[in-house]
Amino acid sequence: MGRLRYFLLGAYFGLVLTKSQVISWYKIRNMFYFREPDLYLIIGSAVLVGAISVRLIKRFHPRTFQGEPLSIPGKQLTRGTILGGFLFGLGWFTTGTCPGPIYAQIGAGEAWALFTLAGALLGAYLYARLQPWIG
Amino acid sequence: MWQSILQPWPWYVSGPLIGLSVPLLLLFGGRNLGVSSSFRHICAALLPKSPLAELRSYDWRKEAWSLLFVAGLAAGAFLATRLLSAQPAPLLPPSIHTVTGALRLLGGGILIGFGTRWASGCTSGHSIMGLSNLQLASLAATLSFFAGGLTAAWIHWLLGMGGR
Repeated sequence: MGRLRYFLLGAYFGLVLTKSQVISWYKIRNMFYFREPDLYLIIGSAVLVGAISVRLIKRFHPRTFQGEPLSIPGKQLTRGTILGGFLFGLGWFTTGTCPGPIYAQIGAGEAWALFTLAGALLGAYLYARLQPWIG
Repeated sequence: MWQSILQPWPWYVSGPLIGLSVPLLLLFGGRNLGVSSSFRHICAALLPKSPLAELRSYDWRKEAWSLLFVAGLAAGAFLATRLLSAQPAPLLPPSIHTVTGALRLLGGGILIGFGTRWASGCTSGHSIMGLSNLQLASLAATLSFFAGGLTAAWIHWLLGMGGR
């Protein structure tokens, strides 16, 4: 199987994201304007399933199916978590898209999502340039 | 049955299926779900000679999974749209298919790339994976994502563009 498995796992993620409609600009607008509860329920139920799974894995099976040890490194809370998170939120509303859905929109044939991707790469590069000063 | 598969999936089906990506990626791949690291990955791979610490310290050859994962993500969306949708709905509004719209996506994209790298994660890595792992940083990140999005929505509304 090798590295192909990451492609298949990505395909699963892309398929369920698309069928859930979270890759739609309209659904993101409806979430931020509190017009419908769908996205809140989707994130909530995803986290519930994720949290139960992580707990079970840590308790009973802290290895991959290939037998490699598993690590779930925690992330540090920094100034960037808050400020960067806020900036991302502005972009999330503006484009109606977050990182996973950018790739999904491209795959679904929405060519203009390439502008969003180009911007995101530019933004990541800009961060790499400023990182020595802002941390 | 097949007819309902071709429709959008309701939250109580799609939400738990999205959550399942967390254990699937852990057990089959030994990796933590996350998408925004792919931006760093692509930058590092495109600029192998860059002296910037953020890109130099990243071993993109070793982290190839990240690129394969997002390539698969696009392929999965392609399948879902072409084979599993009765009527694929538009994903972006017609008003964005203009020069101004393109600049808007580019500008918003810069905020997405910059913000997610500074925050070390996005909706996948923090709001799904991190919250599933009950991490405080991910809760703070998720609240910040929404604070940013709601602020933008509020500004938008103040400018009288609420409906669009």
